[in-house]
Amino acid sequence: MDLTWSSAEDAFRAEARAWLEANLAAWRAECGGEPASGDTREGFAQHLGWERRLFADQWAAVSWPAEHGGRGASLWEWLLFEEEYYRAACPPRVTQNGIFLLAPSIFEFGNPDQQAGILARMAGADDLWCQGWSEPNAGSDLASVTSKARRVDGGWVLDGQKTWTTRGAFCTHLFGLFRTDPDSARHKGLTYFLLPLDTPGVTVRGFGRLDGDEGFAEVFFDDAFLADDAIPGGVVLGEAEGGWAVAMATAGSERGLTLRSPGRFVATAERLVTLANELGDAVLRRRAATAWMHAEAYQQQTLATVTKLAWGAKPGAEASLAKLWWSELDIELHQVALDLLGADAEVDGPWSKAWQFSLSGPIYAGTNEIQRNIAAERVLGLPR
Amino acid sequence: MRFALTEDQVAFRDAVRDLLAKECTPAVVRAASDAPAGKLDRGVWDSLREMGVLGLLVPEADGGLGLDETYLVPILEECGRAALPHPIVETAMVAARLLGADIGMVSTDLGGPNVPCATDADMLLLLRDDALIAVATSEVTLDPVATVDSARRAARVTAIPANPPPAPEPVPIELALDRGALGTAAMLVGLGQAMLDLTVGYVQERQQFGVPIGSFQAVKHHLADAALALEFARPAVWRAGWSVAHDQPTRARDVSMAKAMANDAAELVSRKALQCHGAIGYTVEADLHLFMKRAWALARSWGDTAHHTDRVASALDA
Repeated sequence: MDLTWSSAEDAFRAEARAWLEANLAAWRAECGGEPASGDTREGFAQHLGWERRLFADQWAAVSWPAEHGGRGASLWEWLLFEEEYYRAACPPRVTQNGIFLLAPSIFEFGNPDQQAGILARMAGADDLWCQGWSEPNAGSDLASVTSKARRVDGGWVLDGQKTWTTRGAFCTHLFGLFRTDPDSARHKGLTYFLLPLDTPGVTVRGFGRLDGDEGFAEVFFDDAFLADDAIPGGVVLGEAEGGWAVAMATAGSERGLTLRSPGRFVATAERLVTLANELGDAVLRRRAATAWMHAEAYQQQTLATVTKLAWGAKPGAEASLAKLWWSELDIELHQVALDLLGADAEVDGPWSKAWQFSLSGPIYAGTNEIQRNIAAERVLGLPR
Repeated sequence: MRFALTEDQVAFRDAVRDLLAKECTPAVVRAASDAPAGKLDRGVWDSLREMGVLGLLVPEADGGLGLDETYLVPILEECGRAALPHPIVETAMVAARLLGADIGMVSTDLGGPNVPCATDADMLLLLRDDALIAVATSEVTLDPVATVDSARRAARVTAIPANPPPAPEPVPIELALDRGALGTAAMLVGLGQAMLDLTVGYVQERQQFGVPIGSFQAVKHHLADAALALEFARPAVWRAGWSVAHDQPTRARDVSMAKAMANDAAELVSRKALQCHGAIGYTVEADLHLFMKRAWALARSWGDTAHHTDRVASALDA
């Protein structure tokens, strides 16, 4: 056990902290005050300004190689960056579904032309990617997707519907699963596509999430012709009909570390403790301390996980335990905050907003019921 | 940054695990419940002493191994896994640094008034008037307490000699309390792991409706929750071990977090384990109760969850 950071890591942290502080202030000034929610049309546009600042100084995707706009940071440095990011109260990343969900799969399965054509534009917020997995009748049961793609001369014809697509109404591109073998069932015969949302025959309709922001969209495909060269390096990621394996790699990142690092929860926990020390009685201060411990435990467990990854282990089914933990932790943190605010918890504000979002945690990225099945079967070895 | 045991630490822990699997079987734990006062069998205890576990924290110059808490914590997890009835936390974690490597069996009332293995111990470390005193067990008057976990072998100290000698080296009582809470937290994680392992085995054997009950989603979800609690309590305990070993300014906060989380995890696992065992778990014939009853006792000794959570809250308000 060595729970200290090296001087190089300390220096990295200090550099990140200084940059974030200076640029956050500059961006907020540019927005003329409190920016709107990134899940509204106006706020999304403001947040792109922030994303472009990050990219200009190689902070948009710190762990990526420099050739794609990153700075080749280690997993440890990435954790430190995330800690500093949320400690400074930087805004939610409107590019996250590209950078944290799609990009790991592009690195693993993409051809060199796809990598060169997609990654830097994604990190620079030139192309804005959303996820097209869920369908009205395919949520937890992802393998039941029915949206189809038919091979034609020079491309594919897409039909079907995707939904609950985060920030779909504001994005330019979509990554999604389509059935390419019409006779196939379940996991077989699915292909992972990359496509521009301005493809003729594709219609996007935004709609309100729980908090009313237009953060969701449904995407309709009506005989949409997707040319093979609509994306540099091709519109299929990985092998045709091999989409399930690619999707599962993305799901692994979504569940685990890269989507929800401990930094954001630790930062929320610190704010909660401050609130509890201002407003709370002994009971509420105790509850805040419990929630703080749960955030801190996620941090410690992550350090143990990253130690294993740093030695070359692959992320495994334990990622399901992490997803269960952070999603329930997030609700706990906000629940205590609402109780501290009392009657004023109903007033629109950062806590009530984030409380509503926390409720989605046990649903997205694979519901917690699915995660408990995975943990029981693949971590504990119980029979399917 | 390296949040993992070293090869040495893993090897030492595994050697203790192997020893306990042979010498601290459930039959040995049951025998500890039945042995008359002062007659606790010392077979496994002597083996642990020979391995150096009792004096692990004692400097080499004084006959110990000169190792730190990051070694002892995973070993105490193993002691919890075996439901070792002997006062290992009291001796190896709390007393050894004060009294030396060759101290025999020591118990203490620092963790609470019901002193475990009190009549069996050679020496007692007692808190009197804000000071620690070390007295031979033969010099004190003990009143046995019937406890739910009879392998606790508890008694209350009702009288001590006049003018007892203070502990040889004055020690901050806070540090002794932190060591006890840390060691007990490690025991609780091990107890939780034992209950989970027992239950995972049982639900794969036990058939109802023609299939193993472990194939039912309701059972899976209970056990996933149990695994979850342990997965996140264990790193908290390891970190606290490191904070004590390296005398970090956050030591008190980290130890209290470890104890609070280990308490909660062990209690949650015990509920899940009992529920998944069904009626057989609600008997003294199945081994589960040996671990469950110990967990209930330890979760409230060396400070309960409320005590330690308030200590964390105070640290966060500083």
